[in-house]
Amino acid sequence: MGNVIGIGASPKRKEDQRFLTGRGNYVSDIKRPGMTAGVFVRSPHGHAILRGIDKAAALTAPGVIAVLTGEDVAADKLGSLPCGWGISDAKGVPMKEPPFPMLAQGKVRFVGDMVAFVIAETPEQANAAAELLTVDYEVLPSVVGVLEAVRPGAPQLFDDVPNNICCDWELGDKAAVETAFRKAAHVAKLSLVNNRLIGNPMEPRAAIAEYEPGTDRFTLWTTSQFPHVVRFLMGALVLNIPQHKLRVVAPDVGGGFGVKQFHYGEEAVITWAAKRVMRPIKWVASRSEGYVSDRHGRDHVTEAELALDETGKFLAFRVNTLANMGGYLSTFGPNIPTNLYGPLLGGVYMTPAIYCNVKVVFTNTVPVDAYRGAGRPEATFVLERMVDVAASEMGIDRVEIRRRNMIPKEAYPYQTPVLVQYDSGDPMGCLDGALVAADVKSFGIRKAASASKGKFRGLGYSTYVEACGLAPSRFAGRLGARGGLYESATVRVHPTGQVTVMIGTHNHGQGHETTFAQIVSEKLGVSFEDVDIVFGDTDRVQFGMGTYGSRSLVVGGAALSKATDKVVAKGRKIAAHLLEAAEVDIQFEAGQFSVAGTDRMKTFEEIAGAAYVPHNYPLEVLEPGLEEQAYYDPINFTYPGGCHIAEVEVDPETGTVTLVNYTAVDDVGTVINPMIVEGQLHGGIVQGVGQALFENAVYDEGSGQLLSGSLMDYCMPRADHMPMMKVSTHSTLCTHTPMGVKGCGEVGTIGSPAAVINAVVDALSHLGVTHVDMPATPNRIWRLLQNASLPVAAE
Amino acid sequence: MKPFAYHQPNQIPDAAKLLVSIEDSKLVAGGMTLIPTLKQRLASPVALVDLSKLGNLKGITDDGATITIGAMKPHAVVAASKLVQAKIPGLAALASMIGDPAVRNRGTIGGSVANNDPAADYPAGVLGLGATIVTSTREIVADKFFLGLFETALEPGEIITAIRFPVPIKAGYAKFKAPASRYALVGVFVAQFADGVRVAVTGAGSGVFRVPPMEAALWQNFDPSAIAAIKIDTDGLTSDIHAEADYRAHLVTVMAKRAVDAALS
Repeated sequence: MGNVIGIGASPKRKEDQRFLTGRGNYVSDIKRPGMTAGVFVRSPHGHAILRGIDKAAALTAPGVIAVLTGEDVAADKLGSLPCGWGISDAKGVPMKEPPFPMLAQGKVRFVGDMVAFVIAETPEQANAAAELLTVDYEVLPSVVGVLEAVRPGAPQLFDDVPNNICCDWELGDKAAVETAFRKAAHVAKLSLVNNRLIGNPMEPRAAIAEYEPGTDRFTLWTTSQFPHVVRFLMGALVLNIPQHKLRVVAPDVGGGFGVKQFHYGEEAVITWAAKRVMRPIKWVASRSEGYVSDRHGRDHVTEAELALDETGKFLAFRVNTLANMGGYLSTFGPNIPTNLYGPLLGGVYMTPAIYCNVKVVFTNTVPVDAYRGAGRPEATFVLERMVDVAASEMGIDRVEIRRRNMIPKEAYPYQTPVLVQYDSGDPMGCLDGALVAADVKSFGIRKAASASKGKFRGLGYSTYVEACGLAPSRFAGRLGARGGLYESATVRVHPTGQVTVMIGTHNHGQGHETTFAQIVSEKLGVSFEDVDIVFGDTDRVQFGMGTYGSRSLVVGGAALSKATDKVVAKGRKIAAHLLEAAEVDIQFEAGQFSVAGTDRMKTFEEIAGAAYVPHNYPLEVLEPGLEEQAYYDPINFTYPGGCHIAEVEVDPETGTVTLVNYTAVDDVGTVINPMIVEGQLHGGIVQGVGQALFENAVYDEGSGQLLSGSLMDYCMPRADHMPMMKVSTHSTLCTHTPMGVKGCGEVGTIGSPAAVINAVVDALSHLGVTHVDMPATPNRIWRLLQNASLPVAAE
Repeated sequence: MKPFAYHQPNQIPDAAKLLVSIEDSKLVAGGMTLIPTLKQRLASPVALVDLSKLGNLKGITDDGATITIGAMKPHAVVAASKLVQAKIPGLAALASMIGDPAVRNRGTIGGSVANNDPAADYPAGVLGLGATIVTSTREIVADKFFLGLFETALEPGEIITAIRFPVPIKAGYAKFKAPASRYALVGVFVAQFADGVRVAVTGAGSGVFRVPPMEAALWQNFDPSAIAAIKIDTDGLTSDIHAEADYRAHLVTVMAKRAVDAALS
């Protein structure tokens, strides 16, 4: 019996030993013999015809090995970067899917679009040569905003995509919604913008590619959240490399947030180029390069309307959104503002009819794709702002209107009118808990204290639900997914009883090496220290879909749980043989197999030893060895949710919003490691606060230049922006995942923007302010106050 | 970063000679602006002349009526200096608000003043206190030194050796930090002397400037209320993604009031 640290414990994170002592192994730490350096030449224009590229000067620069362009890609007949989702409009017409060449061909469509790859002996030589490349551009007008892109006469990105509309998607019963609106006692309306975001993981993207002629094998080391998917998309669809000849390794990765869950052109170019030059190549993005090439997030313009009866009950909800896709379709691009957005518009409410139309629009900006929360923060923001607007217009308290419409705990499972069925939840319980934790009762006293200093104080609620644990493959397939979304785990028990787990998820900050080890320790009764988690290498891990969509514990953990069950089942057979008992009489508890009602037992280590030294072993009916594998495909999404309450103070003199209190009570199902869950919630909330108050990706209309292309201009949230957060859980168990888990990676980011903005609006409501767009910057607040009808003074 | 030659002279005349004789050479003090520019390949000087080994550029001296700070004095040291805190607390406070700890430990007063970034803090303190810039060849009063956007009165080969600050009766600095960069979106330095009041603004326009109407009003009554109604013309003020010109103009008044408050506290 070793040191079991199981479910519900909070051991310190195993992986932090190497991270905190500088012994992590990131892509840029890796050096290969004979390694060269690659640099991408990117378009400085938002929109231009590519007339030609003169390589001559660059090719003769010192140290240059090769210069590759779109013409070389075309000559080698390589594929386009694939989109993993194919959505359709109401008539079933598939989305427009123009090719996304890995190096631009004919045209560039955003600042940062890649036009060439320069390979030299050193990064300095590659950079110097890149500056010698002469690219002949015929500059065209750019269009960067969705409203502008769909207007008649707007610049057209693709000849065969009229009005830049990729897909005119819809969900829900339009007629039922129209009927309900006609009967409504009140209709509340809201126009809002969901601001464009840039992920900014601490580690910039990087890749190394190598080709071994002896085995005809390629290896790609890349900063990826899903190496097996990169192997599939790049090998099978872009470069025509058979899967068994391609190894993709994603070692330690310094943060993802979605930015690293796509197959990028850089990965394909560098892998293709490595064979052409027969040398390993390394590319490491600069921070500035990341700003114009990492996929961006959000960027919606929305009109929403809520129909209510005279008591404030929601009758119908109608949402029309224009969603920015950027210059091309990225891996999950069109799925985010559609399938991960529309189905969440029911929220935690019993709205009987919902209709959502999303026009997915191309613009001359970096492709937009999933960013932590991905679609669900956008849906939550629309709905939770809408509820506040309706409450204010009808003179109903904001908490009360939520209570009147909330799905009661007893009503689960609850079928929404927008595809999804919530299996479990207790939104009222989360709300009640948060009201107490946030000390809402005494808010009036705090508001008066702020007023005495000339400040406006506001309180904001967000009672939200999300769908995660991506994803049930059958369901996703119906929605347009072009792949499966299961997960796999192998549990390898060594002859001495230690355990190595090979799992298809990827750990880049989430603490999987700790959480998954706790699951194994609990289920097999082995020491926490005796479990290692292996991930991120297609040569070591059987298969996997990676980490995104709060899926690692929900889907990967379930596969791991199933695989450990198989280990125990086999161990029981071995124990029955050794203990000369019937299999049904073998009990397994706390790492010991025993015969029920006797003191005869074998330890887990003894069983492992017997499996690998099968002298006394039922070889006729049982294979030696103790290693089991499981694949798990969920039957439904999971639906974490909760209640977030933000409290802000506004300085009317400068327009500065200060977040003074933040409370979250979340339902994330079973909690494996409370410390790690708390950390995930903290990080998620800070990211949502970043969107609400600070972050904004700004493009110049016309030129397509990114104006917020550095940390000097793009404001990331910092420690001194945050108060101490009060975070707790109020969990109901998921009814269909093996351990009752729901996932927690994105909840903070999903619940928080609406809570913060609702608080800002509350603080300014006495001045007639009804909405504030994100980010609520000092300049924006000051402008609102200038325009407000009442004089700027504290009450 | 592109390759460059690197010189580390021991004497000011040697440094000046290198600067004049090597075309496209640059001085480097703390390097807090220059090094990032080099790393981004936005500048490619042929040679860097490092000032860190020059003698006598790191002292802080007090002659009663003035405080003289050596050009190579890092912001953190000025912020923590008991002498500066006692004689011109507003200046110590200004130094403590520059950048972040890493910048304050490397960045120097001479580098900041010579660079004359339109959103840097020190130019407001130097102009607001009516300081004198002491160089390798002469002395320049602050009113003649700052010539707008990254431009100064420095001649080729001229090196700042110290800044001499007259000790005011009272002085204060208030800064509205740009949320991302933490440069001054608007910073205002206010100083009261026996013969007048000076108000200098950084961050709002293309370079540091004075506000005579506020100076006159504060000379009559050194109190925030004296300037509360004084509006700044938006002409020449910066409008960018962080703040529009009229918001910056508004902030000048707010920060000036807070600077007076700071001076009085």
